[in-house]
Amino acid sequence: MTGVAVESHLRAVRESGRKILVTYVTGGLGPGWVDVLEAMVAAGADLVEIGIPYSDPVMDGPTIQEASSRALAQGANPASILDALAGAQVAVPLVAMAYYNVVFRAGHARFARMLTDAGVTGAILPDLPLEESAGWEADASAAGVAPVLLAAPVTPDERLAEICRRSHGFVYGVNLMGVTGERASVAASAGVLAKRLKALTDKPVIMGFGISDPAQAVAAAEEADGVVVASALMRQLLDGADPDEVGDSVQAIRRALDG
Amino acid sequence: MDDPGPEGRFGEFGGRYIPESLVPACLELEKAFRTAWSDPAYRKRLDDLLRDYAGRPTPVTDAARLSEALGVRVMLKREDLTHTGSHKINNVLGQGLLTLEMGKTRMVAETGAGQHGVASATAAALFGLECVVYMGEVDTERQALNVFRMQLLGAEVRPVRSGSRTLKDAVNEALRDWVATVETTHYCLGSVMGPHPYPWLVRELQSVVGNEAREQCRILLGGADPDLVVACVGGGSNAAGTFAGFVGTGAALVGVEAAGGSAIGHGIPGVLHGMRSYLLQDEWGQILEAESISAGLDYPGIGPEHAYLAARGRARYTSASDAEVLDALQLLSRTEGIIPALEPAHALAWLVGATRRGEVEAGSTVLLTLSGRGDKDAETVMGLLS
Repeated sequence: MTGVAVESHLRAVRESGRKILVTYVTGGLGPGWVDVLEAMVAAGADLVEIGIPYSDPVMDGPTIQEASSRALAQGANPASILDALAGAQVAVPLVAMAYYNVVFRAGHARFARMLTDAGVTGAILPDLPLEESAGWEADASAAGVAPVLLAAPVTPDERLAEICRRSHGFVYGVNLMGVTGERASVAASAGVLAKRLKALTDKPVIMGFGISDPAQAVAAAEEADGVVVASALMRQLLDGADPDEVGDSVQAIRRALDG
Repeated sequence: MDDPGPEGRFGEFGGRYIPESLVPACLELEKAFRTAWSDPAYRKRLDDLLRDYAGRPTPVTDAARLSEALGVRVMLKREDLTHTGSHKINNVLGQGLLTLEMGKTRMVAETGAGQHGVASATAAALFGLECVVYMGEVDTERQALNVFRMQLLGAEVRPVRSGSRTLKDAVNEALRDWVATVETTHYCLGSVMGPHPYPWLVRELQSVVGNEAREQCRILLGGADPDLVVACVGGGSNAAGTFAGFVGTGAALVGVEAAGGSAIGHGIPGVLHGMRSYLLQDEWGQILEAESISAGLDYPGIGPEHAYLAARGRARYTSASDAEVLDALQLLSRTEGIIPALEPAHALAWLVGATRRGEVEAGSTVLLTLSGRGDKDAETVMGLLS
C-alpha cells in the first residue's frame, strides 16, 4: 500500500476548517482488526494510529494493556501486523505507535523500511524523549517516516519549543499527567498545553489521552487542531463490538467535532 | 566506578528512555542528588542514620568452617545484619532524605522478594511519608510475610496482576503511578536500574557496602585485597555497591545471576524500564519472563553499569541453578550458623561449584556479600526441601 504523507494531509484537513480526528487500533487484535481500521476511516477518521503491541507498555492504562496482551497472545508481531495492512483500503495516513524496544530490536532502518513498505508514514514512540531520539529521527526521516514527538503538561517552555521543532507530521500533546485510558472528564491541563503548543508551532497540534466520548473530544479539540481517541474504542472492541459498531462510535465523534 | 555524566551513559548502556512526562522529574532528581551528595550536611545526616538506625558498619565475618569446606578463605560481608535484614536499607535511607529535600510527601516503590518494599516502608515510616509498594501478585503469595510487614509499617501494598505478575510488572506499575503523581511523589527505585540517574544514584548509595568491606578485608588480610569478590545480581544493587569498593583493586569481580534470569548470559541489548542494557527478549523485542525460586532475582534485565563492566571485561557474570542454591543455603546454615536469603545463596552456590571445578585456586581469598538474611525465605525453602 502506498502511504499518505502525514503533515500535508493534516494541514489540508485543518485548512478545510475541520478538526482533525485521529483514532487508534491495536494491530493484530483479532482477525478483523483491519476491518476495524477501514470502518474507522469510513466513519471519518483523518488518521489512524496502528498500535504495535508490546509486553511492557508503561504509558498505557488497563484497556490498551489488555488489547496489547491479547494481540500478543494471538501471535501478533510487527511483521504480521504490517503484512496485514497490505490489503487495507484507506486514503488517510497511518502512523505506528510503538515502544522503543520493538524498534531498537528490529533496528531503526529496518523498522522504518517495514513501515513504509506497509504504507505507514509516521511513528510515535512514547518512551523515547528528546535526549535519546535524535538517531531515530534521522533514520525515520531518511526512510520517509515522520517521527512524531510527544509533549507533556510538565514540559518546560524551552523543551516544548525543541519538541515542536523536531516533531514531524504533527505534535502530539499529552492531555494529562498519567497513562492512556478513559476518564470522566477532560483534564484542565489539556487546554493549557494546547494553547502553549499552538503559540509555538504551525505544525498540526493534536491532543490525546483520556478522551472517551464526543463531548470530551469537542472540549479537548477547542484549543487544538484535533484529538486522538483510542482506549474508548478499544474498550468497545474488547467487549465484543464488531467493526461497524466501532465505526458508529467514530462517526458520532466526527459529527460532534464537525458541529 | 565513574560518574555517568548528564546523559547517564555507561559506555553504550544506561540512558534515560522514559516518557516526556517523567523527564522533568528525573532531571530534578539528578540535580537534587548531585547537590546532596556533595553537601556535607546531607552526608552527615545519612551517615548518622546508617550508623544509629541501620546498624552500620556491618561486620565482615571470617567464615572458618565454610572456608575449610571449600578450600578457600571466605569472608562474608554481613548485610543480613542491618535493620530490616538486607542491604536495601542503605538505598532507601538516602532516597528518603532526598524525598524530603525535594519537598515530596509520598513515595512509591516496586518490590520482588519484598526486601526493598519492607525497606521503603521502613524509611517512609521513619520520615513520615506516605508509601505505596507495588508487588507482583505471584510474589505477594510467595512472600506473604513481607506483605504483612510492609502493612504493619503503614505502607499500602498493591498486588500487580499484569504480565508475569512479578518484579518487572511491579516496576511497570510503579512507573504508571509515578507518571500520574510525579508532583508529590518520589519513585524510590530499589536497584541499579531504571532511567538515569537511578543506576548511578543507587550505586553511590550502596557503595558503603564495598567501601567498608575493602577496609575490613585489609585488616583481615594484613593490608591486602581479596583475590575474588562475589555478589548476587538481580538488578544488581548489592553487587554494584560491593564492586564499587573493589573495582580499583586487583580483585576479580564476579556477579551471579539466577540461571532462569541470566540477562548477561542469555540476554540481548535492548531498552526496558528507562535503560539500555542486556535483556531477556524475543526476536521482536518482547520481554521474556525470568524464572527463579528467588523472587528478588526474577528480573529479565540487569543494571546498565553491570552490562558495561561485563562488556569491558572488568567483571564476570555467571549463574547458579535453583538446586545448587538450595545446597549452598544449607551448607552455610550448617557450617556457619547463618541462614542466608535465597539471593546471596546464589553467590555462594557459584563459589561452591567454582571451587569444586577448580576454577578458583585453593587458598584464594574471597569476599562474598551476604546481601540479606533468610527468614523471609524459610517457608519457600521448607516447601522446596520437603
